[in-house]
Amino acid sequence: MAKEKTKLLRGNLQKVPTGIVGLDEITNGGLPKGRPTLVCGGAGSGKTLLGIEFLVRGATQFNEPGVFMSFEESAEELTKNVASLGFDLNRLTASKRLLVDYVHIERSEIEETGEYDLEGLFIRLGNAIDSIGAKRVVLDTIESLFAGLPNPSILRAELRRLFRWLKKKGMTAVITGERGDNALTRHGLEEYVSDCVILLDHRVLNQISTRRLRIVKYRGSTHGTNEFPFLIDERGLAVMPITSLGLKHTVTNQRISTGIPRLDSMLGGKGYFRGSSILVSGTAGTGKTSVAAHFVDAACRRGERSVFFAFEESPSQIIRNMRSIGIDLQQWVEKGLLRFCADRPTVYGLEAHLASMHKYIDMFKPRVVIVDPVTNLSAVASEADVKAMLIRLLDQMKFNQITALFTTLTAATGSLELTEVGISSLADAWLLLRDIEIGGERNRGLYILKSRGMAHSNQIREFLLTNKGVDLIDVYVGPSGVLTGSARISQETQERDVESIREREIERKRLNVETKRKALEAQIASLRAQFQAEEQELKKLTEQEKMRQNGVSKLREKMASMRKEDTNSERRKR
Amino acid sequence: MKGKAGGGPVKNAKPNADIWELRLYVAGQTPKSLAAFANLKKICEEHLKGKYHIEVVDLLKNPQLASGDQILAIPTLVRKLPPPLKKIIGDLSNTVRVLVGLDLRPKM
Repeated sequence: MAKEKTKLLRGNLQKVPTGIVGLDEITNGGLPKGRPTLVCGGAGSGKTLLGIEFLVRGATQFNEPGVFMSFEESAEELTKNVASLGFDLNRLTASKRLLVDYVHIERSEIEETGEYDLEGLFIRLGNAIDSIGAKRVVLDTIESLFAGLPNPSILRAELRRLFRWLKKKGMTAVITGERGDNALTRHGLEEYVSDCVILLDHRVLNQISTRRLRIVKYRGSTHGTNEFPFLIDERGLAVMPITSLGLKHTVTNQRISTGIPRLDSMLGGKGYFRGSSILVSGTAGTGKTSVAAHFVDAACRRGERSVFFAFEESPSQIIRNMRSIGIDLQQWVEKGLLRFCADRPTVYGLEAHLASMHKYIDMFKPRVVIVDPVTNLSAVASEADVKAMLIRLLDQMKFNQITALFTTLTAATGSLELTEVGISSLADAWLLLRDIEIGGERNRGLYILKSRGMAHSNQIREFLLTNKGVDLIDVYVGPSGVLTGSARISQETQERDVESIREREIERKRLNVETKRKALEAQIASLRAQFQAEEQELKKLTEQEKMRQNGVSKLREKMASMRKEDTNSERRKR
Repeated sequence: MKGKAGGGPVKNAKPNADIWELRLYVAGQTPKSLAAFANLKKICEEHLKGKYHIEVVDLLKNPQLASGDQILAIPTLVRKLPPPLKKIIGDLSNTVRVLVGLDLRPKM
């Protein structure tokens, strides 16, 4: 990124990348090439370190050797001091990529007796530059000359000449200066070095120190104008150009599981959006960390890396506690999918926290980030500052499509929703965990206050912590209100009792009817039998009658034949 | 100016006695350098006659020598001996201050 920008600006102003994390971004490519840059700040603000890192990075990453002219520390002291930041000055010096020249002036040894100039310094510097073919020069802190040498007017003229000379030699120089009372530097160096001025600040607020960097001016170039927090740690200096991201991130429709099946179904059946920010708020002991742990567990199961920033508990404590609800986070730590980053919020300032988180995220490249809880950060800064920090952090995460879950602790008193207006507007989804106190017991309830861009349940769920993890169950909503816990259970039992009585009643009635039906059927059967008997009787009688009539006709025939009535009988037969 | 080799006049009254070792750093033959050398010689002749040694170091020829005596300003006169080390910068035109700088004042 830095390279592209350098190229774009080639026709304009050439820049030299510093290699310092973040600084090249806010300067759009680095420091002005072949020109001096003034770095000013109070004692202990990191000026020397910025200078040294500029040279070390130049020597190791950009193949530009550098000369460090120190007016304050000897080469040995300097080497020792920066060794803790991972810079091996001895190795660089041995390979002729770095030269440290310690210029020492003792005021008491010096007597001024007339006109002089600083040609000695020029010669020394020129000799140093030529001996290693340096492209970069750091003068730290040249203002010491004002203390060591008399006659400031000569010094001023000579410094002006020095900067011009450095420019002519094409040196990209960093000149450090002590912050003055009303000016950027104590001796007004900013008058001479006007191409680029960087101000470092080290502020202590509420006993917490915060480092900030600001580009005061950068002639011929655009640059970030804000104060950017920076951090000095074992890898050197890191500036956070976070506010420059803005609201330009793209979003995805991809959904990821919350790790709690029932919660997924509350969130339209699929869980959170990837890259969204989720706020889990609740009073103490409502299970915020458990919700977070579920989410982390689910992410690791998908093979995604996660970072857990813990501001309240140590990693082993979290792992132990989560094991009690059946979540084994240890396995993910061992597999390298999960990293814990636990610090007390008061360890350093808010900006430093932000910076370290930023750096951690940059380094580990997680897909899921947990901050538990963000509210603890307000111990080191005001609410507005915490909000500003969160905006930056969220910007960064959204930009990288990292799903972030923040937990916040809300005070037990007052409205849960009101206290967090500041943070809640930043969250895409907001889960509220709360205690529901009925009948002398506390139970946990969960509902979704908002979830941008998806249909979600408006129902409150009872939130149970079991040894198999979090379980969400429907609460009892009846005429007597919302019931949870044993009240819910007793209500349900009561309902079940009523139900079973009713069922028994019905069963009894059913049996009754059955009996009746059977009796009726028996009656029908007997009637039918009676009827059949009568029918049988009738049939018998009919047959008897037939037989009788048959008998009569036969008798008649017999009598007729006896009376020779043959014709008659013939006729009758036809 | 004869560079490093061109030392001042050495006139030893008592060998091994308190010889003043003086070194004058210059950068080329600038008017200031020339003036400084001339002034120094004059002062030495007046106050240290016979017991001083002047070495002139031209940093243009030997730039690496600048760091040894922590030279920044030109011209600089360094009193190597007798101890303690003293540095006097400027063209040495202010004789009074040169004498103060060299701790020569009380001897007058």
